Amino acid sequence: MAGRIDVSIEHKNSPPEPGGSKKHPNTCPKCNSHYRDDELAANLRVCAQCDYHFPVGALERIEQLLDDGSFIEEAADLRSADPLGFFDLRSYKERIAEAELKTGLGDAMLMGQGKIEGLDFQLTVMDFSFMAGSMGSVVGEKFVRACERAIERKVPLISVNASGGARMQEGILSLMQVPKTVCAVENMRDAGIPFISVLTHPTTAGLLASFATLGDITIAEPGTLMCFTGPRVVQQTVREDLPDDFGLAESNFRFGHLDAIVRRRELKPTLAKLLRLFGHVG
Amino acid sequence: MSGELELKLRDRLAKLKRLHLPGAGISDEVRRIEQQLEKMDSGDERDEDEIWRSVEFARHPERPYTLDYIERLIGDWIELHGDRARMDDPAVVSGLGSFAGRTVAVIGHQKGRGDAVQRVKRNFGMSNPEGYRKAMRVMDIANRHGFPVITFVDTPGAYPGVAAEQHGQGGALAASQAAMARLTVPAVACVIGEGGSGGAIAFALANRVLMQQFAIYSVISPEGCASILWRDAGQARKAAAAFRPDAVHCLELGVIDSIIPEPKNGAHSDYDEAAKLLGSSLRATLDELKKMSGKDLRRDRRDRFRSHGVFAS
Ligand SMILES: [Zn+2]
Repeated sequence: MAGRIDVSIEHKNSPPEPGGSKKHPNTCPKCNSHYRDDELAANLRVCAQCDYHFPVGALERIEQLLDDGSFIEEAADLRSADPLGFFDLRSYKERIAEAELKTGLGDAMLMGQGKIEGLDFQLTVMDFSFMAGSMGSVVGEKFVRACERAIERKVPLISVNASGGARMQEGILSLMQVPKTVCAVENMRDAGIPFISVLTHPTTAGLLASFATLGDITIAEPGTLMCFTGPRVVQQTVREDLPDDFGLAESNFRFGHLDAIVRRRELKPTLAKLLRLFGHVG
Repeated sequence: MSGELELKLRDRLAKLKRLHLPGAGISDEVRRIEQQLEKMDSGDERDEDEIWRSVEFARHPERPYTLDYIERLIGDWIELHGDRARMDDPAVVSGLGSFAGRTVAVIGHQKGRGDAVQRVKRNFGMSNPEGYRKAMRVMDIANRHGFPVITFVDTPGAYPGVAAEQHGQGGALAASQAAMARLTVPAVACVIGEGGSGGAIAFALANRVLMQQFAIYSVISPEGCASILWRDAGQARKAAAAFRPDAVHCLELGVIDSIIPEPKNGAHSDYDEAAKLLGSSLRATLDELKKMSGKDLRRDRRDRFRSHGVFAS
């Protein structure tokens, strides 16, 4: 991401383009302010003008949230296989290879141990830029191992989610990751392990139908789209205008599906507070 | 076409492989069955047409639905309505009855048959969150009173509506699975038509998952997959051939435990025969689970799903 052409902040109050036409990734889709990459990173990728929360990749998220150098990655060697030999317009293998190159990640989730303010926990972080954060066998397995490690180490699990849902290229096996991760959460629950689920933009479909909504605590960043079915499909089905905040964290909060909406600047202190309150398990 | 013999062989093969028992006798039999299946030259040779036939049969307007099987298999049936919070969702049927000499809880998606009014009334088998919450209420009754849970899965998917989202569709689907994961009674799921995505899995976290011969079970509809990956819903046949939602493939992947045979021309050709075949599979499966303790049943269910997935490391 670094080293893009950048002009300094430029604030125009124009509304977001309909259909989200291609914009520079550092241009705010809400207010059109534009940022240099280092500027945006320093502000945790939040628009200084309008508080729009830009997407954050998994590695940068870890940098933002965790104590320096506290992340110890686990299950790093897991890679997607291609159980169906899936081929649509391109092969699944090719899509994976491209995503690996683009993101430098092995799949759409990083898993490991981390610390916030010295408090130890198990962590999963998703990256939407790896095949839309889709959950296939690798994401499912990593999440389950995170639950198992949290039980072994008697520490809480924090998952930071961002996903478009199941990875279609793995067919029914991607759907099976949904109940698989639900079972892992239930095992954690039986073992008395606290589970904090953080929803970031967007967390939809298969993720919402699985572990992402099963936290002891479920919080979301502002503006997170968190719906089981996306606005486009819902609109095609009901054929009427959707509410402005359809499927967003703000709407979900009003309807009682979230414990809190937490701005990115407040996320680390909030997680620290929760880790202190839940204490260590045993 | 997958003949009856082939189905039986595949079923036996899946069971043997699940046993993981060391011993020459069993591995010999596995090899023998595999060779026999190879000779039948099906497996990966199942083509687009054959898979598409499953898609068509699974969605056939005359296919038997949950209540058709309940009528034929469940005695003393009493339907239990409502989620005790907002409404009674007609796309889900739940209740108590007797089966194989004991009280069971039955939960299933329900489609409407016939004219548009009937089909709309059941919302085409697409449940709102309230339907899953009604089901959870009945699961809880079953769990507290020791009744096995039988589910019938037959939905294109959870309903994509505004109110459905506002009332927490995703969370309800997750909660329904979590409720099944907690059961200390036997749970058997039967995919009897369309096993569509999250809406299906909400009722399928069972100790054993059975699937009718011409049912489908998939992460997305063929049309949905085609419109996303091929950017053309008209490529549905091609999409279905790529992700293979048919029963034989699901068995090969270990996603289901057994295929329930259907009458030769599909379940819609003979409801009574289809129900008889379904009933005998269900009975045998519940018998097999009868010996397990509540704790073991729960463990077995979670371990079953732990094993799903294919990856390299
Ligand atoms: Zn802005």
